[in-house]
Amino acid sequence: MALLEVKNLEVQFALRNGALTALRDVSFSLERGDRLGIVGESGAGKSVAAFAILNLISKPGSISNGEVLFEGQDLSKISAEALRDIRGNKISMIFQDPMMTLNPVLTIGDQMVECLQAHRNISSSDARAIALQKLQQVQIPSPDKRLDAYPHELSGGMRQRVIIAIALLLDPAIIIADEPTTALDVTIQAEIMELLISLCEFNNVGLILITHDLGVVSQVTQRTIVMYAGRIIEQGPTREIINDAQHPYTQGLINALPQQTIPGQRLNQIRGSMPSLDAIPNGCAFNPRCDYTLDACFTQLPSYVRSGGCSVACHMVAQQQADLNHD
Amino acid sequence: MSEETLAAPAPVTGWQKFKQSHLYYSFVSSKVAMVSFAVFAVYVVLAILAPLIAPYNPYDLAMLDIMDSEIPPVWQPDGEDRFFLGTDAQGRDMLSTILYGTRISLMIGICAVILQAFIGIVVGLCAGYFGGKIDNLLMRIADIQLSFSTLMVAIVVLAVFQAAFGAERYSELALPMLILVIGIAEWPQYARTVRATVLAEKHKEYVDAARVMGFRPMRIMVRHILPNSLSPILVISTVQVANAIISEASLSFLGLGMPVSEPSLGSLISSGFDYIFSGSWWITTIPAIVLVLLVLVMNLLGDWLRDVLNPKLNKG
Repeated sequence: MALLEVKNLEVQFALRNGALTALRDVSFSLERGDRLGIVGESGAGKSVAAFAILNLISKPGSISNGEVLFEGQDLSKISAEALRDIRGNKISMIFQDPMMTLNPVLTIGDQMVECLQAHRNISSSDARAIALQKLQQVQIPSPDKRLDAYPHELSGGMRQRVIIAIALLLDPAIIIADEPTTALDVTIQAEIMELLISLCEFNNVGLILITHDLGVVSQVTQRTIVMYAGRIIEQGPTREIINDAQHPYTQGLINALPQQTIPGQRLNQIRGSMPSLDAIPNGCAFNPRCDYTLDACFTQLPSYVRSGGCSVACHMVAQQQADLNHD
Repeated sequence: MSEETLAAPAPVTGWQKFKQSHLYYSFVSSKVAMVSFAVFAVYVVLAILAPLIAPYNPYDLAMLDIMDSEIPPVWQPDGEDRFFLGTDAQGRDMLSTILYGTRISLMIGICAVILQAFIGIVVGLCAGYFGGKIDNLLMRIADIQLSFSTLMVAIVVLAVFQAAFGAERYSELALPMLILVIGIAEWPQYARTVRATVLAEKHKEYVDAARVMGFRPMRIMVRHILPNSLSPILVISTVQVANAIISEASLSFLGLGMPVSEPSLGSLISSGFDYIFSGSWWITTIPAIVLVLLVLVMNLLGDWLRDVLNPKLNKG
């Protein structure tokens, strides 16, 4: 049994004029020490997926179908009390903007001690000692002084280090990092990412990395999920996806990387933009932007087909495979 | 690593930190704020020390001499040195009575606001954080409460209370009753303000982060959201203390407040009002000036605080 197993997860938002499906049929699994990347455009459902794992979708949204099995427990069904015991303790999360994630009126130390005491029965001084040790792990200079600092006294990179320290505070099994470096400048991004990866490796923590950045995904993750309009369209080993993407959308994403362009030429792009969730076209959601559409793309939701180590939701890939088998 | 070279803040005491703060800077650079605060501080000190400063004890009926009644202040032709601000109709020293009255007025104002703030913050936090039906229910109750004017509620409650318990018992319980009535009548102000701030705060990422950490709703509300919502609470508190003092004065003026034997500023004004046409203007006018000045400086302080704590007005 996998450490985390997400099966057919579906998230809906109940709006005035009917329900909006933000996440449909999402399935994947994660082992301890694994690193999984989730990529996609803004609005593809990456963050919703992250929040759904922790059952933190706030109203009017809710998990309408599927299960999230963590160590065999379905997080979408267990009691609020049991859920609180897992959040922060077994699964923790790192957010995008380090400026916003720390409470501005509490010192770093207070916030860390609070986290520890919420989940463990320890004294303040013991908690402070653990906090200090974690701050050392994330390589913050003079950590003993930082404990009494307020978030506004630290730079963005330092704050993200503090947030990583908080995420690691209770030795979780899984860390979900939702675009952890997007708000930082490029030089700091690399440092923070390196730190996060080495700490996850050191502590044998499973990492779910949510990002726009295919470059980051290709460097640090073992498996990748590509999402589009709330659905997984391609999933498999990162190397295969980067080197030999099957789905036209993934190919488009990879071709859009500036490195793929010959100097002097226009950057490649995928034409159009992602449909809004209340106007997803029939059949394959990607059909208005796809160059390889078949008739089936406009009528049938593509089901997953295996291609190498990957599973892909594309009629064109299915057709090619059928042709190959036929020959 | 440029970020790491950021100078570590030297250990500073709370007072040093305060002296470097924006609040202190704006305070020192605003004459209105400094004067208002000084006047308010004088009021508070005088009110606290009233029993030590006051030349007479106005509550001690044995000290009163009816022959001393309606003596004008010392600078008037008939004034006597014994009574700096003159005496009222019963021969009480006005200065002592005003000092004790200020004490009562301030006490009612501050206690009523503490009560208002407590009810309002609890209701506002719950309404804002939980939302949905709880929010609707609590805010509709607040709306209903707001649709009765404070004075009307207070007059009805106090009149019924007075009729039910008799004047004797009433004068004993007037102080806690006034605090209770004014406190309960004005809590929706707090509830609305707190709810609005909580609605804004609860969608910030640090609240999500707290939920991700597995904190209980109670802890998130009290330890994370409330401290971040304090500035509007602080601003309305100053204004509400002034309002509560005025409400108490109005009620006392209408004869439903503090009894004449233990007068607040309002009941002093009221008791002197009967003599204003007989030439004893000081019995009403002096407490009125004291009351107006108190309310004025509190409102000025509130205004200043609102400007300082409003980031949108913060230039530079």
